[in-house]
Amino acid sequence: MADTVLSIRDLKKTFGALKATDGVSIDLRPGEIHALIGPNGAGKTTLIHQISGSIKPDSGSVHFLGEDVSRLGVAARARRGLGRSFQISSLAPEFSALRNVMLAVQSRQGSSFRFFGPVMADKSLTEPAMAMLERTGLAARAQVPAAALSHGERRQLEIAIALALGSKAFLFDEPMAGMGPEGSKALTAFLDTLRHEAPILLVEHDMDAVFALADRISVLVYGRIIASGTVDEIRNDPEVRRAYLGEAS
Amino acid sequence: MRDGQAMSRETLINILLAAALLALPFVAIAMEEPFYITLATRMAILALAAVGLNIALGLGGLISFGHAAFFGIGGYVAGIFASHAFNMEPMFSAPFEFSGSDQMPVIWLAAMLVSVFVAIPIGAISLRTSGVYFIMITLAFAQMIYYFAISWPAYGGEDGLSIITRNGFPGVNTANPLSFFLLCYGVLAVALLMFWLIQNSRFGAALQAGRQNEQRLAAVGIAPFRIRLVAFAISAAITGLAGALFADLNRFVSPSMLSWHMSGELIVLIILGGTARLFGPVAGAVLFVLFEFALGGITEHWQFFLGLILLGVVLFARGGLIGLVAGKARHG
Ligand SMILES: Nc1ncnc2c1ncn2[C@@H]1O[C@H](COP(=O)(O)OP(=O)(O)OP(=O)(O)O)[C@@H](O)[C@H]1O
Ligand SMILES: [Mg+2]
Repeated sequence: MADTVLSIRDLKKTFGALKATDGVSIDLRPGEIHALIGPNGAGKTTLIHQISGSIKPDSGSVHFLGEDVSRLGVAARARRGLGRSFQISSLAPEFSALRNVMLAVQSRQGSSFRFFGPVMADKSLTEPAMAMLERTGLAARAQVPAAALSHGERRQLEIAIALALGSKAFLFDEPMAGMGPEGSKALTAFLDTLRHEAPILLVEHDMDAVFALADRISVLVYGRIIASGTVDEIRNDPEVRRAYLGEAS
Repeated sequence: MRDGQAMSRETLINILLAAALLALPFVAIAMEEPFYITLATRMAILALAAVGLNIALGLGGLISFGHAAFFGIGGYVAGIFASHAFNMEPMFSAPFEFSGSDQMPVIWLAAMLVSVFVAIPIGAISLRTSGVYFIMITLAFAQMIYYFAISWPAYGGEDGLSIITRNGFPGVNTANPLSFFLLCYGVLAVALLMFWLIQNSRFGAALQAGRQNEQRLAAVGIAPFRIRLVAFAISAAITGLAGALFADLNRFVSPSMLSWHMSGELIVLIILGGTARLFGPVAGAVLFVLFEFALGGITEHWQFFLGLILLGVVLFARGGLIGLVAGKARHG
């Protein structure tokens, strides 16, 4: 436990008759990128939701930084440093990119019950937020409402927000989706450096990115982890090839 | 950067509205039509009530169909305090003896405190729901308070409660209609300043983000429930304060201040004027009282025409009057 940042034990979740999560255990160690792959509908997003707190599992536990966070809500887990991005971008659409990041900065400062003092003139909010936009390559788009950003830019913005939260672990749900090859390449390079800041649980369909980045890969099929190992182990696992990679590669 | 032109146009129309409302009673005096002073005061007070609701509804997206509860509570605080003070009979004697008050500062403070005191349990329960359930639960609470007022004979029940002489304010002759108007106008100005500060503050950022996307707010570590509960309480306090002034304007308070019609009227004011816009409630109240006065003089069915206008606003001018004139709101 000492050198796992995030540790999920035996999570189970059913939707009616469907076992969306069927006894999943997975962990995240400092400095690593742990990729979670699997076919459509395997239960990857459902798992991310349970880790971040937006779906309550039927059973099982989530430990984060040595603390049992299983009973905590989304906001409480985020404040402890669980930063996530959404498969379908989830932003404040009317707010500019900058204001979206400022919201995370203000949350980190624990100061959402201040009723006076205009935020746009508050350098302790705008400057860190701007720095995160610069790091994610969105500085030029700072004043654009989130609703007017491209799909790829929204994903970058979600990552900027997770950075601004000072996350101690990242949960990214298909951050490459909707990005062109250029964007994917740039994001791959960025995530490669980001892992040293905080480990990443990466759900991704882009196999080039997964194979380039992952320290470990877990394969989820029908709510179960059927294999877990290094890139080479997963590539050569016959069951994985049959269940998942078979047709794809 | 902000859209300078649209911003300045909105600022301009805000200044015009503020000036027009302030000028109205002076025009009334010049025309020797004192009733227009009452009209202007009514506009200011309804605007104040709607500024309160605009915090919950406009900034927070919380469609409270129960704000008449706070409006009425403020009214009853004014009425009950005044009647005890007038009859010099104690309201309660423990832990200290209290015989009401005929002083507005005391009444206002009490109206706001009681409103907050009631808003917290109502909010704590209704904010666990959303959408149409939230609308219905807030309505249900307000209706409970309405029926309670009707069936409580001590303070007039169905007949309501008169305020024999308008409550006082240190250094102001409140019996003078112009002085009372200026007092209400001043309170409205302070409330608008508060709204503006809140809108641009960290709290306001969280509140507005929660309206746009609750999931996002939670994902950055801010629990939407607490933010909304506090907003609901602030909102109730301002609407309650408006209720106290309304009772003093009419020198009368009755259960109709608590009725769902009143809640609906406040929502209508905001939609007419421009949801979440600083001066939306002012524009809405001015329009509403003008319609009521102008159309009400011609036909009993003026609300039918109000309905048509409302339909037009919802279909063609989502931003209300302010949005129509000043364009879409921008959030820096
Ligand atoms: N709230 C829900 N209610 C009922 N069923 C659900 C719910 N959410 C997800 N499911 C089902 O659970 C299964 C897993 O869905 P999930 O979105 O987690 O898959 P995924 O691995 O993320 O897929 P994709 O690669 O397409 O994003 C699917 O069959 C889905 O239809
Ligand atoms: Mg998914």
